[in-house]
Amino acid sequence: MSANTTDHVGEHTNKTKLLIRRIIAYVVLVLLTIISLFPFVIMIINSTRSHPEIQKGFKFVLGSSFGVNFKNVFRNTDLPLFYGLRNSLVVAGFCALLSTYFSALTAYGIHVYEFRLKKFAFAFILVIMMVPAQVSALGFYRMMFDLGLTNNLLPLIIPSIAAPATFFFMKQYMDSSLPLEIVEAARIDGCNEFRTFNSIVMPIMKPAMAVQGIFTFVANWNNYFIPSLIIDKKELKTLPIMVATLRSADFLKFDMGQVYMMIFIAIIPVVIVYLALSKFIIRGIALGSVKG
Amino acid sequence: MASSNKHKSISYAKWGYIFILPFFIVYAAFQLYPMFSTIRDSFYEKITEGLLDLPERFVGLENYSKLFEEGDIFSYFGNTFIIWIIGFIPQIFISLLLAAWFTDIRLKIKAQGFFKVVIYLPNIIMAAAVSMLFFAIFSDIGPINEVYKNITGSDEPYQFFAHIASTRIIIAIINFIMWYGNTTILLMAAIMGVDPALYEAAEIDGASPSQTFWQITIPSIRPILIYVLVTSLIGGVQMYDIPQIITNGTGSPVRSSMTVVMYLNNQISVGKNYGKAGAISVILFIVAAVLSLLVAAFNSKDQIAENRAAKLKKKKMKGAMKI
Repeated sequence: MSANTTDHVGEHTNKTKLLIRRIIAYVVLVLLTIISLFPFVIMIINSTRSHPEIQKGFKFVLGSSFGVNFKNVFRNTDLPLFYGLRNSLVVAGFCALLSTYFSALTAYGIHVYEFRLKKFAFAFILVIMMVPAQVSALGFYRMMFDLGLTNNLLPLIIPSIAAPATFFFMKQYMDSSLPLEIVEAARIDGCNEFRTFNSIVMPIMKPAMAVQGIFTFVANWNNYFIPSLIIDKKELKTLPIMVATLRSADFLKFDMGQVYMMIFIAIIPVVIVYLALSKFIIRGIALGSVKG
Repeated sequence: MASSNKHKSISYAKWGYIFILPFFIVYAAFQLYPMFSTIRDSFYEKITEGLLDLPERFVGLENYSKLFEEGDIFSYFGNTFIIWIIGFIPQIFISLLLAAWFTDIRLKIKAQGFFKVVIYLPNIIMAAAVSMLFFAIFSDIGPINEVYKNITGSDEPYQFFAHIASTRIIIAIINFIMWYGNTTILLMAAIMGVDPALYEAAEIDGASPSQTFWQITIPSIRPILIYVLVTSLIGGVQMYDIPQIITNGTGSPVRSSMTVVMYLNNQISVGKNYGKAGAISVILFIVAAVLSLLVAAFNSKDQIAENRAAKLKKKKMKGAMKI
């Protein structure tokens, strides 16, 4: 009898304990949500307010100057934002295309064929995956300078053909979802090797290419270090370099409405893509990195 | 049959080379060659001053000895490490907590999808833009200083970027906000990979949530924890965008926020001292390589343990079948 009551009481305290834990968890989560979003909320609000309004003080109210700021920031000739958007789009877009296509091609070469250097090639790519880009930055910059390729978008695009991390993801995807029988069947049907890859393997690889395409696009859209070495011509700057120049010049003299608007425009395309595909992306992170 | 198959694969071998060729050509041209020329540069003296363009001169290890004598590189490694650790401690703590909560079956957190999307969001946003945004928010005329003035009643703003501690902490906070979501998702995946039987057994034995966490979750995900720690450290060594923009490349105040890569960038684009820049690159490479080897060592240890466990399981299964 007495044992029964203690059991009952134990269950009761367990339930209140669980409730308390749940409350703490939600409070922490809500706090973290606020911390994560707070800078962006300030950015959105201030991008709708004019410079004098912003200087008067911050309020959690949307202003009415969104259109004016938007127009002004595009008219600003010191920071040609239109070019910035175009350059970033070109660089990130081509990088995503080249990197996914050639990584899949390389992974396919190693996955399907038997050749003497296969093991070495695979091990080599795994090793170079860990080398940071900064290590070769000096040599890269000097080489581009000697070739007359500074102030050119090509040095930002072409190197993405060799993307070890993307390759690794593709290889893993092939290991799990590209049976060699499909390739054999295509050969029997008289498909040549390139056509097999392009018209039979590529469709199978679509999910992996989409995930890696998004990641490569975002990474290059946000990339600052190498582009800032290669490019200093106004019309060729990508968005991160332009955003950085906001800081370089005399910050306090700027029209703050335009500053917030420019940051807003620099990040909003990626945010939209992210929100639209977030499920996809979050699954991709866990897949790609745990095994990596 | 087998021999004809072998014959086939040999005849296809050239396609293997053709398919991997673009990758290796591009890598050799744009990464490998620059890396070797960087290493070569580290043994030469090459200084460009204005219009004066002196020919290079072989100086052996002089660039390195100068670098160590000046000692700046040590304090910049120190800065980088301090800023990294200020951000990493809350990052690993919060991420573990969130990962444990999200995977807790009894706790049943609702709207998990929403929270995951929100906490991961800062990771995909341009570091340059986030830094600029924080600079604006914490600047003398920014909203944080308004709150500061209201609370303290003073007319003077608190100059966040004129103090060593506040500058470093702001950079660390940005690092934290940008990376804790990523770490949470990695750790979640790790926790979900733990054998559920362990948790069931713990529940039957009446273990409290904190006991389960410390005695089952932590030991089980130890390899991933080490992986997170070391990869974050490798990323930390490369810290550049945020302090560069926050301090406008000066690492101010008194170069206390100058990181190693900022130093490298200064030598390339401002100082034009390619010998010194080469030496910094090589040192950076060595540090990154040592850290990467650590990851590899832990990973392979892990793999061996996993293989053993799998073999054991198979044996047990066989034994069970026999019975």
